[in-house]
Amino acid sequence: MIRIIGIAAGAFFTLSVLWAFVTGAYTAITEPAPETAEHAFHKHPRELHLQSDGPFGTWNLQQLQRGYQVYKEVCSACHSLKFVAMRDLEQLGYSEAEVKAEAASWTVPGVDPDTGEATTRSGEPTDYFPSPYPNEVAAAAANNNAVPPDLSLMTKARHDGSAYVYSLLTGFQEQPEKLLEEFPQAKTPAGLHYNPYFANLNLAMAPPLTMDGQVTYADGTEATIDQMAQDVAAFLTWTAEPSLPKRKQTGWPVLGFLLFATILAYLAKQQIWARVKPDKNRQDD
Amino acid sequence: MSFPWAKHYEPRNPVMRFLDEKLPLPRLVYNAVGAGYPVPRNLNYMYNFGVLAGFCLVLQIVTGVILAMHYAPNSLVAFGSTEHLMRDVNWGWMLRYAHANGASFFFVVVYLHIFRGFFYGSYKAPREMIWLLGVVIFLLMMATAFMGYVLPWGQMSFWGAKVITGLFSAIPLVGEPLQVWLLGGFAPDNAALNRFFSLHFLLPFVIAGVVILHIWALHIPGSTNPTGVEVKSESDTVPFHPYYTAKDGFGLGVFLLLYCAFVFFFPNYLGHPDNYIEANPLSTPAHIVPEWYFWPFYAILRAFTADILFIPAKLMGVMAMFGAILLWFFLPWLDNSPVRSGHYRPLFRKFFWFGLIPAMAVLFYCGGAPAEEPYVMLSQIATAYYFMHFLVIIPIVSRIEKPRPLPFSITEAVLGEDKKAVLGENTKPAV
Ligand code: HEC
Ligand code: HEM
Repeated sequence: MIRIIGIAAGAFFTLSVLWAFVTGAYTAITEPAPETAEHAFHKHPRELHLQSDGPFGTWNLQQLQRGYQVYKEVCSACHSLKFVAMRDLEQLGYSEAEVKAEAASWTVPGVDPDTGEATTRSGEPTDYFPSPYPNEVAAAAANNNAVPPDLSLMTKARHDGSAYVYSLLTGFQEQPEKLLEEFPQAKTPAGLHYNPYFANLNLAMAPPLTMDGQVTYADGTEATIDQMAQDVAAFLTWTAEPSLPKRKQTGWPVLGFLLFATILAYLAKQQIWARVKPDKNRQDD
Repeated sequence: MSFPWAKHYEPRNPVMRFLDEKLPLPRLVYNAVGAGYPVPRNLNYMYNFGVLAGFCLVLQIVTGVILAMHYAPNSLVAFGSTEHLMRDVNWGWMLRYAHANGASFFFVVVYLHIFRGFFYGSYKAPREMIWLLGVVIFLLMMATAFMGYVLPWGQMSFWGAKVITGLFSAIPLVGEPLQVWLLGGFAPDNAALNRFFSLHFLLPFVIAGVVILHIWALHIPGSTNPTGVEVKSESDTVPFHPYYTAKDGFGLGVFLLLYCAFVFFFPNYLGHPDNYIEANPLSTPAHIVPEWYFWPFYAILRAFTADILFIPAKLMGVMAMFGAILLWFFLPWLDNSPVRSGHYRPLFRKFFWFGLIPAMAVLFYCGGAPAEEPYVMLSQIATAYYFMHFLVIIPIVSRIEKPRPLPFSITEAVLGEDKKAVLGENTKPAV
């Protein structure tokens, strides 16, 4: 009985899904899904090599400091880093005093101690990198209706995130002629900017890095657009996961110990099982 | 119960003797996973996954309880509290990666455990109850993992919860009120997050309870083995300890190596980047996908794209998705071949390796892909095969197939001959 019901139920589901297949195949043949500009022109991130890559990766503190400078002088005009505290800068190789001075150069929201009204004050090491806008409505109003996202976790929140940030920053360009020929309706709307690395090709962020020498690096590195983009991508890799090198450095001894223990366990198992292996133990002895 | 030749616990150490008299806990352990439990001598490495699943459950409970000390189940701060854990709590990043990857590896292990059962016919009499409890565990695991994934309150948490609870709205008449009742609102929000946290904390302990029943039921007939021939005499078995404790110890080492490689070197590989974006009810992700271990069933859900008679496509999908797992409950009765092991079933074995396994692979792949062609068409074919396999092919094959000859006993399979059988001590027929 249960088998009869089973076969009936099986036939029902199988036929139903095959019917869905037939109707789907029919639509796919008669009305093939139209090719979209996003599909045809979207690009995967360009390659980016950072010192933090790979199983032995570590931070390049010089580069992180440069990246911090780009963030501070360019990106922070629109983007916050709400999960990163100014005290965390000590991890980039700044001394306690330098961090204090650095924090003081930021303006953060505060409360007037006499009146209780909202004001601003200079930053402390315990403050987090603030948003320049009082709220999301103000942020959207200033940016063609798009809120600049918090950047703390950006490199983890996109596929191949570090390379993505680098590619996005260096990828702004004119729309290709071919795109406009094939998809005239996909012309970049006013106020948006064409960038083939962005999922739907047009984003509300104007190119933030526009000319070589936009920042003057303290360590004398030449600040080309490409260099600044790499540096800020490295910096955002750090903001997304400050514990990254520690994680990898912890992993090696853990794997080493486990390998050792596993080999021992294997040998112990071999020795124990040798007693009952067929050739050594006939039933009659 | 156990086999008559099982060793008895005779503590020599006075402390153990004292303890055993007042509370026979040492005895319980001895008879469950010690020298007092005789196990077939020919188990292969596919039989390691039960113990590994038990290890994963303990791992998840230990890491989970510590995570809960830092987590705040409130939709305003949940996302930030996990970031706080990752950044400001000592070794917090390791705990979180261990728990998230632990869930994935738990599913890897349990899928292998279940497919071991499919191949060796572990679900057949007299082990039906073990199997039924196993399917209950699997369902509880899916519920637990789903609710756990909602807790960090990222974009995939939110939209995953919305899609999955939305499935209930496909039920005629009561669907929509049921969905609102389950969520405590019209969309996932603080009420849903709080109850998911509460249940996510509770369910692993329920699973632990069902695991105890599962193992209790296992200890009545004992394990199957790759020949599928039941244990007949003492020479068919070895004591669990030290033989299988040693073999499981080695298996655990290999498991931990792989698991730690992920935790320390690719901790986000099995996750989705969108879950590092805080939940935003106003912005729908381009592709909503659940965690990888739900992909086969998600593919089945999305394969039903056409209405059938008066049943809307969505309801068909929901029925098929739940049906795909619930039908496992009936497997012991759908398959009435007297031979357990796929090893001795030429036809069954072909359908297993060239039908079920490829179909599962396609469903896994397509469940994670966007709902576009050709993925939808591929998952439709694989779904059709999936239902055919369990509900039509298995019952028919078990009728018409001519099995290969079985060894007389495990001993004969391992040693080439069974002396006692020849001497007439073991004369029960095979199977
Ligand atoms: C003038 C304001 C402004 C400045 C300066 C700015 N951005 Fe943006 N950024 C935006 C806006 C607005 C968006 C949202 C774009 C959208 O969603 O269309 C954005 C989005 C982004 C994104 C996310 C893209 C995505 O995939 O969603 C990244 C990454 C980014 N910015 C990085 C940077 C970096 C790095 C800098 C500094 C070099 C920077 N931005 C400077 C306004 C700005
Ligand atoms: C929390 C999850 C689980 C734990 C801790 C667990 C634990 C175990 C253990 C320790 C064994 C004995 C060792 C072995 O044969 O591998 C076992 C056997 C078994 N399990 Fe599970 N299990 C779990 C989930 C499941 C699920 C989801 C199923 C099936 C749907 C299942 C089905 C079985 C069956 C049928 C057996 C007996 C197998 C045989 O002897 O051939 N188990 N389980």
